[in-house]
Amino acid sequence: MKIGSSLFDLGRLDRISNQETAIHGLDPRVKVLVTLVFIVAVVSFGKHEVSGLMPFFIYPAVLIALADIPLGYLFRKILIVSPFALMIGLFNPFLDREIIINLGPVAISGGWVSYISIMLRFALTVGAALILIACTGFNAICHALERMGAPRVFVVQLLFVYRYLFVLTEEASRMVRARALRSFPGKGTGMRVFGYLVGHLLLRTLDRAQRIHLAMLSRGFDGEIRILRPMRFGIRDLAFLFGWSGLIVAMRLYDVTGLLGNLVTGGAG
Amino acid sequence: MTHHIVEVKEVEYSYPDTTPALNDISFRIVHGESVAIVGANGAGKSTLLLHLNGYLAPAKGEIRIGDFPLTKETLHSVRRTVGMVFQDPDDQLFMPTVFDDVAFGPLNLGLPTEEVSRRVEEALSTVGALHLKGRPPYKLSRGEKKAVAIATVLSMSPDILVMDEPTSDLDPRARRKLIDLLKGFEHTKIIATHDLDMVLDLCERTIVISEGRVTADGPTNLIFQDEGLLARSRLEKPLRMQGCPVCGPTQSSSGVKATT
Amino acid sequence: MHMADALLSPAVGATMWAATGGLIAYSSRKVKEELDERKIPLMGVVGAFVFAAQMINFTIPGTGSSGHLGGGMMLAILLGPYAAFLTIASVLTVQALFFADGGLLALGANIFNLGLFPCFFAYPLIYKKISGKGPSKGRIVTGAVAAAVVGLQLGALGVVLETLVSGITELRFIPFLVLMQPIHLAIGVVEGLVTAAVVVFVWRARPEILEMARSNRPIGNLSIRKVLVGLVAAAALTGGALSWLASSHPDGLEWSLFRASGKEELQTSDQGIHASLGQVQEKTALLPDYGFKKPNASIEEQEERWPAVDSGTSVAGLVGGALTLALTVLIGLVLKKRRGLSK
Repeated sequence: MKIGSSLFDLGRLDRISNQETAIHGLDPRVKVLVTLVFIVAVVSFGKHEVSGLMPFFIYPAVLIALADIPLGYLFRKILIVSPFALMIGLFNPFLDREIIINLGPVAISGGWVSYISIMLRFALTVGAALILIACTGFNAICHALERMGAPRVFVVQLLFVYRYLFVLTEEASRMVRARALRSFPGKGTGMRVFGYLVGHLLLRTLDRAQRIHLAMLSRGFDGEIRILRPMRFGIRDLAFLFGWSGLIVAMRLYDVTGLLGNLVTGGAG
Repeated sequence: MTHHIVEVKEVEYSYPDTTPALNDISFRIVHGESVAIVGANGAGKSTLLLHLNGYLAPAKGEIRIGDFPLTKETLHSVRRTVGMVFQDPDDQLFMPTVFDDVAFGPLNLGLPTEEVSRRVEEALSTVGALHLKGRPPYKLSRGEKKAVAIATVLSMSPDILVMDEPTSDLDPRARRKLIDLLKGFEHTKIIATHDLDMVLDLCERTIVISEGRVTADGPTNLIFQDEGLLARSRLEKPLRMQGCPVCGPTQSSSGVKATT
Repeated sequence: MHMADALLSPAVGATMWAATGGLIAYSSRKVKEELDERKIPLMGVVGAFVFAAQMINFTIPGTGSSGHLGGGMMLAILLGPYAAFLTIASVLTVQALFFADGGLLALGANIFNLGLFPCFFAYPLIYKKISGKGPSKGRIVTGAVAAAVVGLQLGALGVVLETLVSGITELRFIPFLVLMQPIHLAIGVVEGLVTAAVVVFVWRARPEILEMARSNRPIGNLSIRKVLVGLVAAAALTGGALSWLASSHPDGLEWSLFRASGKEELQTSDQGIHASLGQVQEKTALLPDYGFKKPNASIEEQEERWPAVDSGTSVAGLVGGALTLALTVLIGLVLKKRRGLSK
């Protein structure tokens, strides 16, 4: 991951999360909850489930449309993080050769079915997480977590990580650039120089943390972080929460796909 | 009216690694004064400033802010009275949004929420940054950050404003805006800076620090004409007071080429 | 080696979250009471530093490929275990949310694998023992490498176990291990070396930082022991709970250790010894050996194990699948169009 481009990426997702749509305006807590229900439902299917997963795409489809999330961007992000899961999943077709579906003359083994299941799960779960951030924003999610019981020390830490992410990655990219201008492949980019670079960055970070602490003290900090963030629960939020949760549970328990298929094929097969 | 007086008496301070930093510093600043603290890098300006809100404690000597001697007990009220703005705004804007940062101080003072909101709006309007209320700090320009950093301190309604290099890293337009803003403040102002031209615009009194000691303390105009003093303290005349490069030869304050 | 939700089952995910959640709460309390309040902004900023540091690459000698820092071990050494654990947790959380690196359900497991082992096992038991009270460069390097290797091995083992117990993958225990452990051994060595590079630098420039980290947490003192006892107990409980789950829901949960004992077979099925042996063989071999399998037994097994396949095998199911997908795309497009018009 080239440091410059990943920085840009950070900014882009942050910009998307600051858009103003009906979805963005919903209380962050309901969005977090629905996302969790969604992920648990998807992940709770048996390993050979494919058709049962299909209806679940309605959630990302609706949210992407209503929250103006760029589809191509989403795809790319999902693709970038897929290697590990897909690699592990790829073993399935080799290890499980029991034929379980016959599509006319084509015999499909359980291994391939479970592999497709893995890919679908992956797309759905990762997509849901990205959509959560894209339509809620990191800070709002942190506040939601705090309201829902996460320890404050941890939440404040998350907020600080996010706040200084951009500052520090920028510092790091300046160092990398400086190193690049004075080194050549294999010369000057080894572990020892890395140790110096990162060591320096760390020391500067610690100094900065001290200055931040000084600024906090100068404004009366006494150890307790107080944030003014009124969160109002409205009818819309409740509707979102119960509507989607209900639908997700229904899709998990009932075979929507089979239903549709039966309707069309008139119950044959 | 004894409040708002800043009194520093024979203060001495050494760094933890025992290098001496401040030696026998004494001065007295009264309500409404605008005082500049100038000197070379490493002369002790920032160290002195950090004593003014109690972050550092002198090894010898005494500091009084208003009616209070600066002690552990009075720290809280001193920090209410003395608002300090540091050089790097990124160190002071650490909350998720501008609003949160400006509200940080009042919330720590224990003020009720409506009062906090009111103060935030007021402080932001004063510095001309009300439209930035909901922005995360990293999305601000350098000048906007500096303005918001000042607002974070204004919302606590301090009587004394202490600032460390307020105009550093600003482009000319932002710098001018800042100077105009500061001109309008009625607070007591103590400003450590290299920007001697700003000092001419803003501060009627100047204290020169050199190697941890006060080498001059008086009206700005007089001090800036003393070339010998300025040279000894590793300073120059403000640019406006040097020879005009177009119509006359340029000369450094002591007529000697500056060496590092 | 971040776990993805796609390979996890809800039971495993929830269990790991319970364990991690407890640890986060505990560490938060510890940080509040033991370390001074200065550490709180520090931990967050250091978390951001870890991100930045992870983006800087270095060339690995001998291979020419570029590597990156993980940072778990480095944090433990420089901040002490509790603060380091929270910092790692926060970094992983931001990674999961912002970079989609690791699933949300799997986040609990990831924090467990990548945070617990370096901070509460490798650091106190290995690094500190090796580097001792008065570290030298050699001791720092050995300590860091040993601790990093062990920490990563345990973490990788955690991934293997969690994935296996979830039952979504067909990989068996041994082959999975063979896949994960050697790779992470190599990664561990490199990680240890770069960690040492950074730590040595900091130690030379500002040794008091390392001192502070060492002295802040109770060393070889009751607290660490309590933590470890608690963890072992939790692990035993978790293991017990999961194995209960495994035995009552045999479909999808193949745990080769269990199967290898043969007990399950004899209890739950009344198939012949031959079939049982065939199953044992199948489970412990790298690839199923068709020679041993009795077709009849297999089909019965299949019906036992994969009831959900019914809808998938029928034509209706397939048609339904395609239709559902088409419908969702349509709905999405329509909504998008309407938004575009209303803007």
